[in-house]
Amino acid sequence: MELTLWTYEGPPHIGAMRIATSMKKLHYVLHAPQGDTYADLLFTMIERRGSRPPVTYTTFQARDLGGDTAELVKGHIKEAVDRFNPEALLVGESCTAELIQDQPGSLAKGMGFDIPIVSLELPAYSKKENWGGSETFYQIVRSLLKDQSKESKQTWQEEKRRPRVNLLGPTLLGFRCRDDVLEIQKLLGQYGIDVNVVAPLGASPADILRIPNADVNVCLYPEIAESTCIWLERNLNIPFTTTVPLGVGATQDFLKELHKVLEMEIPQSVNESNNSKLTWYSNSVDSNYLTGKRVFIFGDGTHALAAARIANEELGFKVVGLGTYSREMARKVRPAAKALGLEALITNDYLEVEDAIKETSPELVLGTQMERHSAKRLGIPCAVISTPMHVQDVPARYSPQMGWEGANVIFDDWVHPLMMGLEEHLIGMFKHDFEFVDGHQSHLGHLGGKGTQNTNKEAAKTNLQDSVITDGVPIWTHEGEKELSKIPFFVRGKVRRNTENYARQAGCREINEETLYDAKAHYKA
Amino acid sequence: MSGATLLKESGPKEVFCGLTSIVWLHRRMPDAFFLVVGSRTCAHLIQSAAGVMIFAEPRFGTAILEERDLAGLADAHDELNRVVKNLLARRPEIKTLFLVGSCPSEVIKIDLSRVAENLNIELKGQVTVLNYSGSGIETTFTQGEDGALKALIPLMPKSDQKKLLLVGTLANAVEDRLVSIFNRLGIDNVESFPPRQSTELPSIGPETKVLLTQPYLTDTARELKNKGAEIIEAPFPLGVTGSTLWIQAAANSFGIDKSIVDSILNPLISRAKKALEPHVEKLSGKKLFLLPESQLEIPLARFLSNECGMEIVEIGTPYLNRDLMKAEIDLLPPNCRIVEGQHVEKQLDRVRDSSPDLVVCGMGLANPLEAEGISTKWSIEMVFSPIHGIDQASDLAELFSRPLRRHEILNPTKTLTSN
Repeated sequence: MELTLWTYEGPPHIGAMRIATSMKKLHYVLHAPQGDTYADLLFTMIERRGSRPPVTYTTFQARDLGGDTAELVKGHIKEAVDRFNPEALLVGESCTAELIQDQPGSLAKGMGFDIPIVSLELPAYSKKENWGGSETFYQIVRSLLKDQSKESKQTWQEEKRRPRVNLLGPTLLGFRCRDDVLEIQKLLGQYGIDVNVVAPLGASPADILRIPNADVNVCLYPEIAESTCIWLERNLNIPFTTTVPLGVGATQDFLKELHKVLEMEIPQSVNESNNSKLTWYSNSVDSNYLTGKRVFIFGDGTHALAAARIANEELGFKVVGLGTYSREMARKVRPAAKALGLEALITNDYLEVEDAIKETSPELVLGTQMERHSAKRLGIPCAVISTPMHVQDVPARYSPQMGWEGANVIFDDWVHPLMMGLEEHLIGMFKHDFEFVDGHQSHLGHLGGKGTQNTNKEAAKTNLQDSVITDGVPIWTHEGEKELSKIPFFVRGKVRRNTENYARQAGCREINEETLYDAKAHYKA
Repeated sequence: MSGATLLKESGPKEVFCGLTSIVWLHRRMPDAFFLVVGSRTCAHLIQSAAGVMIFAEPRFGTAILEERDLAGLADAHDELNRVVKNLLARRPEIKTLFLVGSCPSEVIKIDLSRVAENLNIELKGQVTVLNYSGSGIETTFTQGEDGALKALIPLMPKSDQKKLLLVGTLANAVEDRLVSIFNRLGIDNVESFPPRQSTELPSIGPETKVLLTQPYLTDTARELKNKGAEIIEAPFPLGVTGSTLWIQAAANSFGIDKSIVDSILNPLISRAKKALEPHVEKLSGKKLFLLPESQLEIPLARFLSNECGMEIVEIGTPYLNRDLMKAEIDLLPPNCRIVEGQHVEKQLDRVRDSSPDLVVCGMGLANPLEAEGISTKWSIEMVFSPIHGIDQASDLAELFSRPLRRHEILNPTKTLTSN
């Protein structure tokens, strides 16, 4: 039993719903009690979908449990097939139905429909949403394609046509998937590569049957599509790319990998620096202040990994924390963190993430909506890079993360909150000027910068606890505090801690102006 | 009863379960914590319905069952014990802990009352541990509050004092306003249940007269009656008429002279009616369809038809308690169609066939209907907004007139299309 106040991922059947709702002409009968129908709002409110998810909930009640729930399930399946007339049917259960073991998938298969029935077994008490999405996509593809032969097809060169690829993995409630697909389609078009099928987003079961017509699969979101890509490679000899085109460098690597797998010559234009404005913006003189900015990264595996690379190689930040809530991706995130001299934070507990943020005193947090709230409490600028989705993550404008335009969006989205932080600092600097209007604040609001100063209640509390535990906590003199207040707020907390540590080591009872400079010299040395 | 037509329907439903009521209960009693014993689905439901992220640590959470908890019940009880103790150590300000049963905990028959009993012995009164079920196999949405209140009743002290007890969660400002009106009428001893602090429970006895503020408190009303309290029969305090009848019923029960009641209420009534006018203008003659969810559907329909002139196509209600709803149903216009239960697909077919001007529905259904050009109002808003009482009647009406006004501004002639 695990105490959870907030969770990054829903249960696995939510992952299945993401696949079902992303696709067309598919229906999902979910054996579940009435409360589980809340899941519809994830799609109709967060994604603002104008249509209901194609899901029939059996909404069984306590009084049904004494009787024949299997008949109830069959009734709902029949009604759903009659009403919605799908090309294929998904059948599964949520956590509660898993306990009563009606096996709705087998029931459906015994009903004599002439459409493919995909039975889903998603263990609700051990797995989570992304796993459920991945498993569902895999089961759909496998069920529909398992009878296709492995016989070797002609290559695109032999057929004298343009090469064709599938884009696999984009779903609803995935981070900016809608726009990533458009961006990648555009990108591939520029290199003479056609898109055969995009799935699950927008694909019907008939489209799934066309997957084998492609030369290569592009695995856009490994969380959802990797297991499917592996199966397609093993069983239908379709190779797949593993580089996710997030950031300039990764987009270049992706294009090179794809050209190589397709046995195409890599065009020189791939390496041109003006494909994305990120490269020039990052080189321009006013980006100097980005150098060595301390950044803390947490999210799903794919976006966290990509963010670390972009931050480190393309923006000149210093990554001070890297982690993911996705245990399935821990294997990839751990070595990436190690390469940056860090230990990866693999956790499902947002309070642990918040503690890690406090501990590392970053100047920018790249995280999920939850880290945005934690960062807001701590007064640290933040940009959202990953699911779980919030209505704010579905902007009206075109706003991809992948490809050249995605890199532009990332530059703006990450640098903008930092500018706000800088603005906060300038406000602090000029607040004694007579032109200054009292109460002026940046867009970070009243909390801006104060969190790291330990003036909010929570931080004050921990501070108090620290001083109770530790003997001989040095006292800040008026001059010391005054000097500290001149330091930009986003590093002030760290400087305060470092100075106190230094004072303790050096045996100072008091911290004055000079102690601060001593400590600074000590840590720089 | 009036000539309302009562129908029953069964099939796939689209409603919240009782866990959702934690969303407003935890705000009403800030010294209480609600611990759902359930699955990741329960945790996901509450955070999706509640917008939890603004809290550093919310006053509700889920003890998520894992595979090994399903294997042996004894272990599950021990595990829950462990989780509760960790929680209480972390949150020493908690005075009352509700263990809330869910669909999976009910199906595997975790005995929450036994766990609560053992914890109460161990904790020796530092924290009171209670339990109730908010599971979707037994409860719908607002019924969760019914369960939570029922669990508190055994802790209410006995008293022979004559008092008026307002039962059901109200917005604090509305509660203050209603209490002050009762005071002006000469009813001085007015208390509320649930109280604002879980430890400050009102007392109860044969001289307690209960006035229900919400229509979904079936079990609570029954238990209060068993404790000797008298349940005052009245419609619910929504709209000018409902609120007036509701206040008058209490005044009658306390033997307050009618002339005093009239002299205090009449100015409020005429002011409220005047404030209603612009909304009546907008709502009058418009067709309204209410899908079942909050259990407030019947009182809302009564207000919107009788006072705002709306034409009622259908009133959906998750379940119908004829005793508690009698006064409401009597006030409905003749031939009103009330459908108890739900077949969401068939009901949506009827919505489309009747092309209503406004549909009251759950959050999952609103945008799909909007995309078809049908204006909607979320039913969950009714349990968050201060809508009770004579003074709030125009605010209540505005909740319904605003979507119509907006629809007219944005679509002077055409209907909406979307994906």
